[in-house]
Amino acid sequence: MTLHRGMRLAAVALAGLIGLAACGSEKAADSGPVSLRVTVWTANEAHLKLFNSIADEYKKTHSNVTEIKFDPIPFESYTTTLTTQIAGGNGPDLAWLLENSAPDFVSSGALVPLDDTLAKADGYNVADLSPSATKLWQTGGKLYAYPFSTSPFGIFVNTDLLKAAGQKTPAELIAAGQWDWTGAYAAAAAVKAKTGKAGLVVRDFDYKGWDNLASIWTGWGAQAWSADGKTCGFAAPEMVDAMTTLHKAIFTDKALPGPGTAADFFTGEAGMTITQISRASLLKDAKFGWDLVPLPAGPKGKYAVIGQAGIGALKKGKHAAEAADFLAFFTRPDNSAKLAAYFPPPRQSQLTAETLAKTNPLLKPEQLQTVVIDGIATGVVKPSHSGQAEISQAVRAALDPLWKADADVKGVLDGVCSAINPLLAK
Amino acid sequence: MTDRTQSPVGASASTGTAPRYWTTRRRDQLAAYLFITPQLIGTIVFVLIPLGLVGWYSLHEWNVLADTFDFVGGENYQALLDDPKLPGVLAATGIFSVGLVILNLGLALLLAVLLNQKLRGTIVFRTIFFSPVVVSLVAWTIVWNFLLQDNGGINGLLDAIGIAGPNWLRGEGTAMAAVVVVQVIKNVGLNMVLFLAALQGVPADLYEAAKMDGASRWRQFRAITVPMISPTILLTSIITVVGALQVFAQIAVLTQGGPGTSTTVLVYYLYQQAFQFHHFGYGATLSVLLFGIVLLLTVVQWQMRRKWVFHES
Repeated sequence: MTLHRGMRLAAVALAGLIGLAACGSEKAADSGPVSLRVTVWTANEAHLKLFNSIADEYKKTHSNVTEIKFDPIPFESYTTTLTTQIAGGNGPDLAWLLENSAPDFVSSGALVPLDDTLAKADGYNVADLSPSATKLWQTGGKLYAYPFSTSPFGIFVNTDLLKAAGQKTPAELIAAGQWDWTGAYAAAAAVKAKTGKAGLVVRDFDYKGWDNLASIWTGWGAQAWSADGKTCGFAAPEMVDAMTTLHKAIFTDKALPGPGTAADFFTGEAGMTITQISRASLLKDAKFGWDLVPLPAGPKGKYAVIGQAGIGALKKGKHAAEAADFLAFFTRPDNSAKLAAYFPPPRQSQLTAETLAKTNPLLKPEQLQTVVIDGIATGVVKPSHSGQAEISQAVRAALDPLWKADADVKGVLDGVCSAINPLLAK
Repeated sequence: MTDRTQSPVGASASTGTAPRYWTTRRRDQLAAYLFITPQLIGTIVFVLIPLGLVGWYSLHEWNVLADTFDFVGGENYQALLDDPKLPGVLAATGIFSVGLVILNLGLALLLAVLLNQKLRGTIVFRTIFFSPVVVSLVAWTIVWNFLLQDNGGINGLLDAIGIAGPNWLRGEGTAMAAVVVVQVIKNVGLNMVLFLAALQGVPADLYEAAKMDGASRWRQFRAITVPMISPTILLTSIITVVGALQVFAQIAVLTQGGPGTSTTVLVYYLYQQAFQFHHFGYGATLSVLLFGIVLLLTVVQWQMRRKWVFHES
């Protein structure tokens, strides 16, 4: 056997191995036992226990479905990991989708249209789904993901810290009709000055997650881009006013912790935090008095901002039809009511203080009414756009110069528009 | 003694019997192939095929969500030439690599020389300097992320001695310096150990002869130590340069490429394009660029060894 013959033999053997491997990676036929995988961002034990209990109930009546696995992916890298799994041919059957990636998933044809499956499901009552909640997840008149969680932003308040700083609580200010951003920033600055703790923390912002600032600038009537997504809104006068006020609150009044300064409200290190109600569970063992109030009024009056997550069935999944069927079961009225314990539902009939109070023991009915129910009715969803990841990165980089004490606010915001205009035009 | 290379044809001719197929030579050849087969399969499956696939992907536009994979020829390479962000990315990569190589090799050599002395406690110091090498990179970087915060441990220490530290990870100059230093502290121990091994291989009689000739310690270092350990300097410089060009986790955890794009190095940019922005074809093109840069730098270093690497032969 010569060297060349040996190498040829090795090449043939390797080609055979690769061929076998390729055959093995072919999709399994849609027959026999079905195993469904659902990617979710939460690894919270209580959340997963509830999901699994609903899945167990489904399996009792669907003997062909032998396994439904909820696969948590860390929130910070959720969409990146999900798309990498899809690229690698290892995508899930169902995926939890965040609002900032909704336009990409909905418009690309990656998801199974749900209308027919939901319409056929017993007692589903599709008409009960709030149109404002389903808007982001529709295209061409079809629904591509169920708006699983529609959660307004509110402000959690450490009432002990505010009292220690000699401030009125937001509840008192609301009662007096004085709950606005001027008062909120002033109270936060007083907390910092008199207690040394942080004043107001915009959770998940950390001077990088800029879309969380929509919970502030919407009060000025500002928006990241126009409704059709074509025109940048960062250089508009409303945005300049909102950001100028925010910049002063950070660098002059010290109402918010500066860049690179960590402070966690839920461990008692801050007077207030802007976040969604699903974080209320972190206050279960709180050692301080707290309250949940709506966002303060801005110069344009009262407003609300919503974060959303949807759940959709992937077309490329091995069992797309079964996945859509399980989605219908998972979100039917009785299960939606159970999920409302953690995730505000899109069903109008369940958006009552009484229903939500049953499953949210930590929150009072008036908090649920003013923050959640009123918020969902009037709120705007956080900014989302096709190609959001690239736009988001461009905004983050262009906004970085703003987070300095001597920043030229208008100049920086003009720079943001210069950076993202080519991307918005795509 | 049997001649292991003896021709089987000759043997059969002398005995008049049919030649044996499994001669000693053929058995040796088979054994050799069997020994290298696992390594060969590993190299083909995990190196050569992915390398070829990256080249293939770079000629395509791949939309993962829409499930389309279209041949675009050289469009991604044209986009590479037209990319306005690429010069900044390459500059950041160059600054990081040069800073890391100079600091890492310089510090590693200094530590190795100091810890090569016959003094008490050197083993403890060697262990201390080497220990970060075995710590998980991500865990190491997360801890440093907390230490480098504006209200973190480093500024706390500086504050204790009356110095107001900068906001390390938010300043365009300090962010890159912080990333470099974190990486140097993490890996300097590895090069230090390699230098220590090389230093201990330098014959003591060379130093004795130099001392008798009245050479200073600096002259001894320059004329004896550096030439004698130059093969190790070449090795460490190649692996440090290649490692510097592949930096990712430190950037992802500490700065995410910011502030602005001041710490967006090539691998992080590649990750953003492919996995965050879903431009897999362009990401593959950036991988080809990275491969070309690593190959070029390695070949240049290898060629330069003739000029400065000392060989006794």
